[in-house]
Amino acid sequence: MSAGSSRRQVHLGVHFPGVNNTTVWSDPEAGSQIDFSSFEHMARTAEAAKFDFFFLAEGLRLREQGGRIYDLDVVGRPDTLTVLDALAARTDRLGLVGTINSTFNEPYEVARQFASLDHLSGGRAAWNVVTSWDAFTGENFRRGPFLPRELRYARAREFLQTARELWDAWQDDDVVADAATGRFLARADAGWFEHLGAQFGISGRFNVPRSPQGHPVIFQAGDSDEGREFAAAEADAIFSRHGSLSAGKLFWADVKRRLARYGRVPDDLKILPAATFVLGDTDVEAEERAAAVRLQQVSPRTAIAFLERVWNCDLSSYDVDGPLPAFDPAPIAGYAQGRANAPENPLATAREWRQLAEAEGLSIRELVIRVTARQSFVGAPRTVAELIDRFVQEDAADGFVLVPHLTPGGLDEFAKTVVPILQERGVFRAEYEGTTLRDHLGLQPARALGSPTLLSAP
Amino acid sequence: MSSGPSARDELHVPGSSELHLAVALDGAGWHPGAWRAPDARAAELFTARYWTDLVQEAEAGLLDFVTIEDALGMQSSKRDGGDDRTDQVRGRLDAVLVASRVAPTTRALGLVPTATTTHTEPFHVSKAIATLDFVSHGRAGWRAQISSRPDEVGHFGRRSLASQPSGTGGATTQPVAWELLEEAADFVEVVRRLWDSWEDGAEIRDVETGRFVDVEKLHAVDFEGRWFRVRGPSITPRSPQGQPLVVMLAHGSEVYRLAALGADVVFVTPHEHAEARSLVEAVREQEATIGRPERLRIFGDLAVVVDASPSVAVGRRDRMDELDGEPWRSDAEIFTGSVTALADLIEHWVGVGLDGFRLRPATLPHDLSVITAGLVPELQRRGLFRRGYGERELRARLGLIRPKSRYAA
Repeated sequence: MSAGSSRRQVHLGVHFPGVNNTTVWSDPEAGSQIDFSSFEHMARTAEAAKFDFFFLAEGLRLREQGGRIYDLDVVGRPDTLTVLDALAARTDRLGLVGTINSTFNEPYEVARQFASLDHLSGGRAAWNVVTSWDAFTGENFRRGPFLPRELRYARAREFLQTARELWDAWQDDDVVADAATGRFLARADAGWFEHLGAQFGISGRFNVPRSPQGHPVIFQAGDSDEGREFAAAEADAIFSRHGSLSAGKLFWADVKRRLARYGRVPDDLKILPAATFVLGDTDVEAEERAAAVRLQQVSPRTAIAFLERVWNCDLSSYDVDGPLPAFDPAPIAGYAQGRANAPENPLATAREWRQLAEAEGLSIRELVIRVTARQSFVGAPRTVAELIDRFVQEDAADGFVLVPHLTPGGLDEFAKTVVPILQERGVFRAEYEGTTLRDHLGLQPARALGSPTLLSAP
Repeated sequence: MSSGPSARDELHVPGSSELHLAVALDGAGWHPGAWRAPDARAAELFTARYWTDLVQEAEAGLLDFVTIEDALGMQSSKRDGGDDRTDQVRGRLDAVLVASRVAPTTRALGLVPTATTTHTEPFHVSKAIATLDFVSHGRAGWRAQISSRPDEVGHFGRRSLASQPSGTGGATTQPVAWELLEEAADFVEVVRRLWDSWEDGAEIRDVETGRFVDVEKLHAVDFEGRWFRVRGPSITPRSPQGQPLVVMLAHGSEVYRLAALGADVVFVTPHEHAEARSLVEAVREQEATIGRPERLRIFGDLAVVVDASPSVAVGRRDRMDELDGEPWRSDAEIFTGSVTALADLIEHWVGVGLDGFRLRPATLPHDLSVITAGLVPELQRRGLFRRGYGERELRARLGLIRPKSRYAA
């Protein structure tokens, strides 16, 4: 197949299987979620397949439901930056994306951690900036539940702004290290910064010299209007959830349209939806496997637990193969804790689901399978490759963050069968061309700070 | 304490042939002029290659572990704030991340980064060190350090410290701020509780019942103190060592007490043989008032300028002093001399009950290479040092048991 140079290139990342029911831990092939070898296997598979990056999520408190730790999904995860940094020793080119919360951290520490990762990986660091406000997570930290929900983006925005000021406190050539003249620093005030804002009032000297990428690549995952605006102003990539072709196109158009306001062009922000996938020798076989995976992901207990998070009460006596509860959810907050995507309006959600179940004769388990189905690429390798290519050529995505359902081998088959077809089609690199994650993603060098467009962002 | 010392611990005789050796890594070395030494790699201090080479050299010398210095502020020639010198190394990478970056490139060496207790979150530090323990397969430690520097306070902007001048618990012998030490004691306690908050075997993967973990084996730590409340459990499962090694540098009885409360290893800074004996006694005294399941391991800290020939070592030190513009001073004794003389000193001092030494190389990589290629073979010839790594886990190498979770029934 000819590699038309005008064809837009696909970007691919892999999301290490996380602490939710996408990850099938019960499969005989499922391995450790915590041993370093699992992270190493998946990262090295991704690098061998020339992926752009490896992605790690984070959650700072174990989830609870009904007052107990939720035990049906994977529980437990490592410290994000520590694992990514160790992976830097086992990979050479792969980008390393860490999710770090802007609520329960401080800019000086986070800025030096990402600058350190960028140094130690030779320019492969990225930070997925997430916000949080819940008092539940706050109970693990010094400041407790200190941040009102409506201020979480204000803090995130100023946090990132402050981090950029710290990264910019060193210039590229500040470290001279000239033994002959005895000059280590080019100037006595290298690293000096002062930030006085509503969220942070700090000053002093940042103690990590400028890293290979200048600033790590910034990812953002929020989907509210405020989150989109934040991404348009500040992010280099969006980890989005709009995986269908039509929703993807709308999201793409909406977010890319916002960029001009900040003096940015569409290529400055990559839109990378999360995507699960199930492969097979044929499309039919893949569909069969996908159905089996859905049953593994939505076990009877998982289906009931899922419903309980909407109804806010114990539904363990319900038959998972029977109809949904006939009563309406009680307006109780806090039945399920530690989840990012709790339903905003349980009553409306419950009624909507009941209608759907009644209209199509779905049992509880079937309903849950239906409503939790995310965009998945299901098919033979060629089918999946064509679909991915189509999304990118039709402006529904710049690529995808693939979410395998098995640890650690969940990417193996994709790397072996789908990637070569994408390469054949001329839409995915056969070799890394650059060394940094900015190179892989086709991003411009880090912006110097202080441009007024950033400061006046709404 | 309820549990007595393990059989293995009782077999360990202080001052016996099992000598432990650690090396403290910091920038281009501990001498402020080290970066100008002929073999210094000053332009590479912020690269993975530099740190990888150092730890691989340390491992080639069969050392017990390396420590990695850190601070949440810029190095300074002044104790109480920043300076404007441009002729010394400035800037450093996060020590925990340096340790995790080099962990996969080594197999047996212990890795003990510094993390500050004053401005950081116990929850974050706990999971970071536990994760270092996972990525290193049981070789992680943590050097807990307080910070009383006003410039570091300014980097966080969330607290003011007691106004009296105070030391850092690092390279100083000034009185330390009591409040910071008390906070550090709480911090270490929380970190340790979080390490225990997952019992061994909490992950059950019971396909039959659909349960990934046994929630009865996950525990809230419910710490409430003056400086923080932490609920727990950790998000990170119990690590290979269960309790990674906790180490502290101590210059006085307050910190000996802190070490006796929360550390596994304490570094002391004797300047002569008699002082080594009195410091060991002072640490044991604090230890006796606390009561611990296992004896605190005591290492003597020595800064070293060492070569095969004493005159070469003296000449190097003079040259570096000249380059830096003033004589090198340190909280630790500065040994300058031959490999043989250093081995003599170690052999002599270890007799007072020290478990080992942490050597601070004046220059890197030079003094480290002399330690691994000169001192270690000399100590081996004398029958004082191991000829190969036995235990791969750090606690085990120091004769420490792998404790059960405090929450285990």
